Amino acid sequence: MVANVKDKAVIVGIGNTTFSKDSGVSELSLAVQAIKAAIDDAGLKPSDIDGMATFTMDTNDEIEVARALGVGELTFYGRSHYGGGAATSCLHQATMAIATGMAETVVVYRALNGRSGHRFSGGVAGDITTADAIHWGWYMPYGLLTPASWVAMFTQRWMHNTGVTKDALFEVAHSTRVYGANNPAAFFYGREFDRAEYDAARMIADPLQLFDCCQESDGGSAVIVTTPERARDLRQPGVSVRGVAQCAAEDQEQMTSFYREEFAGIPEMETSAKNVYAMSGLSADDIDAAVIYDAFSPIVLWQLEAWGFCGFGESGDFVKDGALRTDGRLPTNTHGGQLSEAYIHGVNGIVEATRLVRGSSVNQPAKTVNHALVTSGVGIPTGGAILGKMD
Amino acid sequence: MTTEELKAFEDEIYAYVGREVCPPTPAKDDVNVAMIRQWAEIIGDTNPAYTDADWAANSARGHTIAPPAMMYVWGQEGFAVTTGRAPDAQSDLVSLFNEHGYTGVLGTNVKQEYFKEVSPGDNVVMEMTIDNISERKTTGRGPGYFFETLATFSNQHGEKIGTQRFKVLKFIPQEQPAAVASEETLQVPTRIPSPRGHDNKWWWEACDAGKVLIQRCKSCQTLRHPPRPMCGKCQSMEWDSIESTLEGEILSHTQLHHPKIPGYQYPLVCAVIKLSEGTNFVANIVGCEPSDIHIGMKVKGAVEQVDEKTMLPQFYPA
Repeated sequence: MVANVKDKAVIVGIGNTTFSKDSGVSELSLAVQAIKAAIDDAGLKPSDIDGMATFTMDTNDEIEVARALGVGELTFYGRSHYGGGAATSCLHQATMAIATGMAETVVVYRALNGRSGHRFSGGVAGDITTADAIHWGWYMPYGLLTPASWVAMFTQRWMHNTGVTKDALFEVAHSTRVYGANNPAAFFYGREFDRAEYDAARMIADPLQLFDCCQESDGGSAVIVTTPERARDLRQPGVSVRGVAQCAAEDQEQMTSFYREEFAGIPEMETSAKNVYAMSGLSADDIDAAVIYDAFSPIVLWQLEAWGFCGFGESGDFVKDGALRTDGRLPTNTHGGQLSEAYIHGVNGIVEATRLVRGSSVNQPAKTVNHALVTSGVGIPTGGAILGKMD
Repeated sequence: MTTEELKAFEDEIYAYVGREVCPPTPAKDDVNVAMIRQWAEIIGDTNPAYTDADWAANSARGHTIAPPAMMYVWGQEGFAVTTGRAPDAQSDLVSLFNEHGYTGVLGTNVKQEYFKEVSPGDNVVMEMTIDNISERKTTGRGPGYFFETLATFSNQHGEKIGTQRFKVLKFIPQEQPAAVASEETLQVPTRIPSPRGHDNKWWWEACDAGKVLIQRCKSCQTLRHPPRPMCGKCQSMEWDSIESTLEGEILSHTQLHHPKIPGYQYPLVCAVIKLSEGTNFVANIVGCEPSDIHIGMKVKGAVEQVDEKTMLPQFYPA
C-alpha cells in the first residue's frame, strides 16, 4: 500500500545563502541565513515556523537554530539519515508532519561548511565503534574510503554491464555545467568547459575524473513547507508536493551495497520512483523537468533509468540525444546541479525544482513546467519527490 | 659566512675529490661459508646457490658463491671499530664539515655494481676514494653538500668484482618540525584499521592470524559477509564460520588516484570479488599492472602483512 499525501503539503518559500569555498562563518550562521531567506520569500515570520526537518551528520541542532532565528515553539522535529540520501527525505518528513497535523509550517534545511570544514571527500576514518563504523571497516583498510571510490566501483560494473561509455558521463557533466555557467550563484558561473578539459582532468578513482565529481561547498539551503490552506494566503505561487517517498532496499549498505546478486543498480530508487508515481497518479511522461541528484555524473544516468525515462542501459543514448539540455526532453539540473552550482546535499536541488515549477529558474525552459522531479543521493537509502503547481 | 669564507671553505672541501680513503686492502678473513650463512639468514635470502653445498655441486657453477651484495661485508672491521679507527680522508672531510656547522649527516643512497662472483676461499680486496662532492644544495633538512665515496672490490687475482657508490648528505641542521627532533617518535603512518566490536572482532582476529573466515548460520547454513549478529534468512543467532579458499573472480574494480591517503601504497586497486564459496568480498588486487585488471578476472588471495600493524587479504591474478 502506498500512503497518500498527494497535495497535502506545499512549498511556499525557498532560500539559499551565498555558496563559497570558505564561508568564514559557522554552519549555524549559514542555516539561519538560508532559513531567513526562505521565510522572507514566503512572506512569513520566524514565529510561524513550528516544525523542522534536517539531516544527520549535521551540527545545526534544531533548538539552536530555533533560538537563533527567534522561532517560538516547535511541535515537530525529525531528522533523516544518510547524507545526500536525506534531501527529499526531509521533505518527506515535513510532508508527513503537515499532512497529519503534527505541524503547520515546517522548514527543511541543510547548511554546512563542506569545503572549509569537514570535507566528505576526505572519506571515513571510523573513530567510534558503531555498527556504521564497523561497516566502513570492511573498506577502510584497503583504501576504499572516499565517496568517489565507492561510486566508481558501481560505475565500473554498470558500464561493463550496459556498454555505456564516458561519452554519456561527459554529456551529463557538460550539460550541467552549461547551465551553471549561466547561473550567477554557481561556482561555474561564466566558466568555459569542453571535452578536452574533461578528458585532461586528473583521475580520481577509475573511471571517475575530476569533472565527474561535484563541488565541495560551504553554504545553506532551505525550503518552507505548509498546508494548502495557508499556502493560498501567501505571496508566492504554491508548489505542491504531488508525491514523495523514501526507501532503503534489501541488503542495503551505506554507499557499499556490494553484496547483492547484481550490485550495478539502485533498487532503493526504483522503489521510491514506483511509490511516488503511484501516490501522484503521474508517470515519467508527465515530468517536464528535473533536478536529479548529481554528486557524480554517472548517478544521474542510473536515476533516469530508475524513474523510467528510459530502459536499463539506455540512459547513455537518452542523454547523448540532448535530453538534459534546455530544449531537450527533460531539462535537468538547470541551476548547474551539484556538479557546478554547489553541493548542499540536494536541498539546493529542492530550491531549484521549486523554481522550475514557479517558472523562475535562471535557465527556465521555454516549455511550461507543470511537474518537476527532484531526487536524493544514491548508493544510500534514498528517495524523490514530484512537485507541481498548486491547484 | 661571507662569500669569501664560503669560497675558502669550498676550496678546502673540493680538494678532497679524488683523495684515497683507503688503499687496496685485503679482507682479514677470506670469503667463508659461516659468514655467508649468517648473512643469508639475517637477510632472509634462501637462494641455494649461497648456502646449499649439495645443490650447488650439481649446479652449473659446481660450488656455492657469496651473495654479491656481501662485497662490502668482507672488509668491515667488526668490533675493532668501537675503539676508534685511524683517521683517513673521509673522516678528515667529515670533521671539516662539522667544524663549519655542517654537523647533520644523512646516508642518502648506495649503488652497487657486480662484475664477477666470489666463492668461499677467495679473498676480497677493497680500495676507496672520495669520488665527487656536489655544489651547495638547499635540502629539506637544511643547506648542505652531497659527497660520494667510490669503493672498488677485487679478488686475490686482481680481477675487479664490483663497485659501490655511497652518497652522504652533510648539512646544517635546521629547526625542524618535532618529527625530526626524535627519530624514536617518528611514526610511519599505517592503513586505517577497522574498528573492532562484538560483531566483527573475531573476523579481524582470524585475519591477524592469516585466515579469512566466512560467517555461516548454524541453523540454515547460509553464508554471510560482512558478519552480522543474526541470519537475515532464518533469524538464527547461532553461527560458526568456514575458512575461505580465497579463490574468486572480480565483479568490479577501481584504481584509487586521488586523494592519496597516508599509510597506503600506490598504485592502489580495490575490487569486489565473488569468492568461490559464493559471498562477495572487497579487497586489494596486487601483483599485476592496474591496467590489466578486468571484470571476470580470476584471482587468488593470501593474507599478508601490508604494513607494520596490518594483516590484510591481498588478491593476485590466479
